Amino acid sequence: MNTPIISVENLSKLYRLGEISATGIKAFTKRHFRKSQTVLNVADTSRDNIWAIRDVSFEVKQGEVLGIIGPNGAGKSTLLKILSRITDPTMGRAVLRGRVASLLEVGTGFHPDLTGRENIYLNGAILGMRKAEIARKFDEIVAFSEIDRFIDTPVKRYSSGMYVRLAFAVAAHLEPEILIVDEVLAVGDINFQKKCMGKMGDVVKHGRTILFVSHNMTAVLNLCSRAILMDHGRVMDVGKTAEVVSKYMVPDQRENMFCPNANKRSGDQRVKIVDFEVDPNPPRTGMPVKFVFHLLREATVPGNFYVDVAIGLYTEQAGPLFKIHSKQMGQDIAIPPGKSKVVVELQNMPLVQGRYSLNLCVKAGSQPLDWVRDGFVLSVSPGSFEDKSIYVEDGGYPIVVSSKWSVE
Amino acid sequence: MKQYELVISPSRGGLAIDWREMLHYRDLLWILVRRDFLAQYKQTMLGPLWLVIQPLMTTVVFTVIFSAVAKIPTDGMPPMVFYLCGMLAWGYFAACLGNISNTFLVNAGLFGKVYFPRLIIPCSLMISRLIAFGIQLIMFAIILLYFKYFTQSGTMIRPGPWVVVLPGVLMISAGLGMGVGLWMAAFTTRYRDVAFLSSFLIQLWMYATPVVYPLSVIPEQWRWVAMLNPMTFVVECFRKAFLGVGLVNASYLMMSVVITIIVLISGVIAFSKAERTFVDTI
Repeated sequence: MNTPIISVENLSKLYRLGEISATGIKAFTKRHFRKSQTVLNVADTSRDNIWAIRDVSFEVKQGEVLGIIGPNGAGKSTLLKILSRITDPTMGRAVLRGRVASLLEVGTGFHPDLTGRENIYLNGAILGMRKAEIARKFDEIVAFSEIDRFIDTPVKRYSSGMYVRLAFAVAAHLEPEILIVDEVLAVGDINFQKKCMGKMGDVVKHGRTILFVSHNMTAVLNLCSRAILMDHGRVMDVGKTAEVVSKYMVPDQRENMFCPNANKRSGDQRVKIVDFEVDPNPPRTGMPVKFVFHLLREATVPGNFYVDVAIGLYTEQAGPLFKIHSKQMGQDIAIPPGKSKVVVELQNMPLVQGRYSLNLCVKAGSQPLDWVRDGFVLSVSPGSFEDKSIYVEDGGYPIVVSSKWSVE
Repeated sequence: MKQYELVISPSRGGLAIDWREMLHYRDLLWILVRRDFLAQYKQTMLGPLWLVIQPLMTTVVFTVIFSAVAKIPTDGMPPMVFYLCGMLAWGYFAACLGNISNTFLVNAGLFGKVYFPRLIIPCSLMISRLIAFGIQLIMFAIILLYFKYFTQSGTMIRPGPWVVVLPGVLMISAGLGMGVGLWMAAFTTRYRDVAFLSSFLIQLWMYATPVVYPLSVIPEQWRWVAMLNPMTFVVECFRKAFLGVGLVNASYLMMSVVITIIVLISGVIAFSKAERTFVDTI
């Protein structure tokens, strides 16, 4: 089946800013009796209008889970609203080749005076299920929600947790070809969230397609095979989830360059990191690599200052990976006034191809003099070890560890 | 494998109702009717009894004011029965119009979060008000029988063959209520004051319709003006059917039907256009 199940072409949506109502008859007539007010004029970039999404195009294949990430205001929810037919686009088009069910909010349509049982039928029908289907799945839904005893009590008496569990239980048992989910998993306790993720995983196993919007990168990384990054209404990036997520997390950083962020820097900087380099640039898996700290000590007092230096390496997905300390030398480093260079060498770069973040730290005793968090994005290129017997594989595991195997 | 394809693009004008889709959601229609009915009377003392109490009380008030005090004629019928019949006929239309014109305002939250054919809600309101009408009809029948057989003034009451036309007349009521309601709903997406307009429009319209007076008090040459209001025919027809008095004929029927159809179709079109982007303006 080669036709994508979702094709989006140049989808755009324009919103008018300011108040909606025309106050006064003159404005009323101007609005309604002017020649058609389609919004294809140049004046659209005026301050009265805003393009919530602009020229968004992408494709989704059947069975794929596509993550949609981006900062607040990027247009993610607007995109979902259009694909869920809640509102119309201004330009462009989208083709959906399967039934769609959208979860933009849990408990849509729940009526507080009706019982849990009655609301299951109501909510299910609103989401597009037939009554027979709901009846057939009723017991499963109740079991999933864990509110068996309360099923005949009006939902206004439920705790918020029960409410959410019931609402998600109904939605989880939909069987659409395309499921659109917008951050609904942000509610509920840990157990419940695990259950929801599990259920979504089941949905994927049955060959269904999911569009998943979330701010929870772990969830996105675990569930989605591909992701698109949106910002200011446009698609910034499309690709494998891990790559897109890392681009999102460190959006302004260029690779293999020292880019300290004043908000992520602490210490009195009596000894300051003015630059940090990697040699070769880019480093390659398995090959020798050198990191160079360029330090500056502005001091009127002559004599040496003793520090130790460290590099912490981590990724968004896996968290902290490893740290290398100058303490390995057995002694502190003597820093004279003025400029100095501290070099650390690794015989073999143990990381596979990918992007990693570095924290750089200069300390005297226990006091950090200059601690730069997230100041360097290390991009490692593919390579191989000198010892050709060490097997390197790109993929989810960042560190290469050589091992000796035998069969007995 | 069934190839299902849906294209989403900027709305063009025109009557864009997907009837197949409405059919798919028919279970929702009945569930909504049930919801409308059940939810209203949960935790109330008298429950659906309120459906009969309200028209009864209004009738008593009308009897005192319009008949006893103002001495407006009632075509020779006992005033209570006369007003109750008019109220019955009028009530269904007023309820439909009142509830449907609020559709977008009341359901904005729901419509903004999930998609289903929005026309389903007005349809479900029409049906649930019909059930209310049924209950009131039973009450009316009981009172009618009491007056006919147990009172002096009731001997004039003569139900007749026009009863057969009543289902059709009910449809005119429903159609008109829905048509005007949809028009108003479409306007509410932009201008909130339309909602206030609807409740006082209904009141004025009631006085413009021969509910508390018979059509016969209007001089003959002006009757066609009254007939431009399809509800005139509906109310007179009800009275003709149950009581035996009322000015009805085929040409009045035609007029009412034609006007109702025009209002209904244009209302549906206006509603369909409004529903596609109302989320952005409401």
